[in-house]
Amino acid sequence: MRYICRLLLTMLLGMSGAQAQGELEIIIDTGVENALPIAVIPFGWNGIPGEQPIDLHVTIANDLERSGRFVTMNESDMPQHPEEFGHVNFSDWQLLRMENIVIGNLKQTQAGDFEIEFRLLDAYKEAQLTGFRIKAGRTQLRRTAHRISDLIFEKLTGVRGAFDTRIAYVTVKQDAAGEERHSLQIADADGFNPQVLLESDQSLMSPAWSPDGESLAYVSFEGNNSSVFVQNIRTGERNEVASHNGINSAPAFSPDGGRLALTLSKEGDPEIFVLHLSTNSLQRITHNRAIDTEPNWSPDGNRLIFTSDRGGTPQIYEVDLQGGAPRRLTFEGAYFARPRYSPDGTGVTMVHGNNGFYRIGYLDLDSGYLSILTKNRLDESPSFSPNGSMIIYATNGRRGSELAAVSADGRVHQRLALQDGEVREPAWGPFPPD
Amino acid sequence: MTKRIMLLLVLGIFITACETTPEQDTGPEVVDKSDSAEMTDDGAAGADAGSEAQAFGAEGDQASALQQLDNPDSLLSVRIIYFEYDSSTVLAQFEEVIQAHAAFLQASPGVVATLEGHADERGSREYNLALGERRAQAVKKQLVVLGASPEQVRTVSYGEERPADPGHDEQAWSQNRRVEFVY
Repeated sequence: MRYICRLLLTMLLGMSGAQAQGELEIIIDTGVENALPIAVIPFGWNGIPGEQPIDLHVTIANDLERSGRFVTMNESDMPQHPEEFGHVNFSDWQLLRMENIVIGNLKQTQAGDFEIEFRLLDAYKEAQLTGFRIKAGRTQLRRTAHRISDLIFEKLTGVRGAFDTRIAYVTVKQDAAGEERHSLQIADADGFNPQVLLESDQSLMSPAWSPDGESLAYVSFEGNNSSVFVQNIRTGERNEVASHNGINSAPAFSPDGGRLALTLSKEGDPEIFVLHLSTNSLQRITHNRAIDTEPNWSPDGNRLIFTSDRGGTPQIYEVDLQGGAPRRLTFEGAYFARPRYSPDGTGVTMVHGNNGFYRIGYLDLDSGYLSILTKNRLDESPSFSPNGSMIIYATNGRRGSELAAVSADGRVHQRLALQDGEVREPAWGPFPPD
Repeated sequence: MTKRIMLLLVLGIFITACETTPEQDTGPEVVDKSDSAEMTDDGAAGADAGSEAQAFGAEGDQASALQQLDNPDSLLSVRIIYFEYDSSTVLAQFEEVIQAHAAFLQASPGVVATLEGHADERGSREYNLALGERRAQAVKKQLVVLGASPEQVRTVSYGEERPADPGHDEQAWSQNRRVEFVY
């Protein structure tokens, strides 16, 4: 058998002209019952009519709608399209029982940059809840819209928004010759701006973000065995950090970014190690002849959760990095795997297998209560949004693996469909730096 | 413009790097030179030459051995062992096949077999990668007990990444929970 390394590294951050293809389409299946009504009114534009570079209100409304927590008003139902605070007829909006309205302006400056102004208004109190004015280049306009969505979300729900974040995932397509092409990609959290970081004719697995959002760790089979790489997203520079005999897999960055937990079987069976990235030294964490894999760090960096079948079936265990015996966390079922702490560390999401169904579960660590969040047959790879409100995961759809998301309380369901090919192993990135 | 030049430059660097990646056929690699190099760690040049001569002998050995492997009536033509769900227990029905491969390896000391472990798609990918390895190691353990030398048997796991059957039902899954002998 012969596998040729045909990797093409394309670092197209901000350089790509071919972004149109492969975008994710987001479909909302179910939202919450008492979703907040909000009117995002078309923003004013000082340039040539119809030639504004972005419909900010559309991006903002889509973000809010996608969260499942808001119902946005149709443009045609709006009584007026005010752009300034002074032009808002609050009584009209009160009559329509529309409490929250968003207005704004997009202006092109003489230098060719843009200035965006937005206000979130309480129509009942006839007052501004929040707002800002900001300058942005043409390529930053979508991001600015997501930041506006984040502010609105936080103001009205009390939870920090995660619209201005990115997701990483693996796609698999067949090329013209029928060969599988695997690619590691990142995109905005709404599926826009997909960018290919790596292409390979061999499998790519387990993308994991560094806490600063600058790098991804992942598993590649390009050397005909699993090995772990860390790749800088901006420069494309990548390093092979683990390529021992046996399995090299399941990388997870520590919260401080200086260490990588991973699974190595170089000593005979899969064990969890911590790789200190600055010194390249390895610290062995587990000592058990069973399978130990899929480590994930507690937000405080003091503990790891992982999958182990030391009790006969795969279950979730937690271990202190300082040492001590691992504690078993899951009991109600024959199959628990791939745990991920919630961002506040109070819960764990994982794959739960029962009676041939593999679904996304959530375990509350305080009460020990397990809830099953999804209803499909083959769900895997759950990953929390950095604000903890959503969990993105992979499910088996009509075209093979597709992405879906569910709110942490199980009430909001979304599907994210790529135009063609399979999408696997979503990993939700961190908040952008302030 | 600068960006485009940077991109070309970086792509150039990458393609160069890619060319240096080994593109060896795994066929000849069956003669394990890295192992013999390890064994002659303290070795002088003479020892190296010796191991090379040995390698040529092994290749000859391999040629005749491969003829046996080609015989469709031999149990050696069975190269896939199947497993039950989430299990790495070698089923009794495959014992004869493993015995045949063990006897063959014992009689052909220059031949190296790679055992590729695989899993079906259910559950998590990383757990399945570990499961594939454990299946390959279970077969290796039996081969060694039955007379093959540990150096003759390599294991690698592909987890659920290389399904033999791309379907999503028990029929497909039963074909994908497997260990393949690759000579």
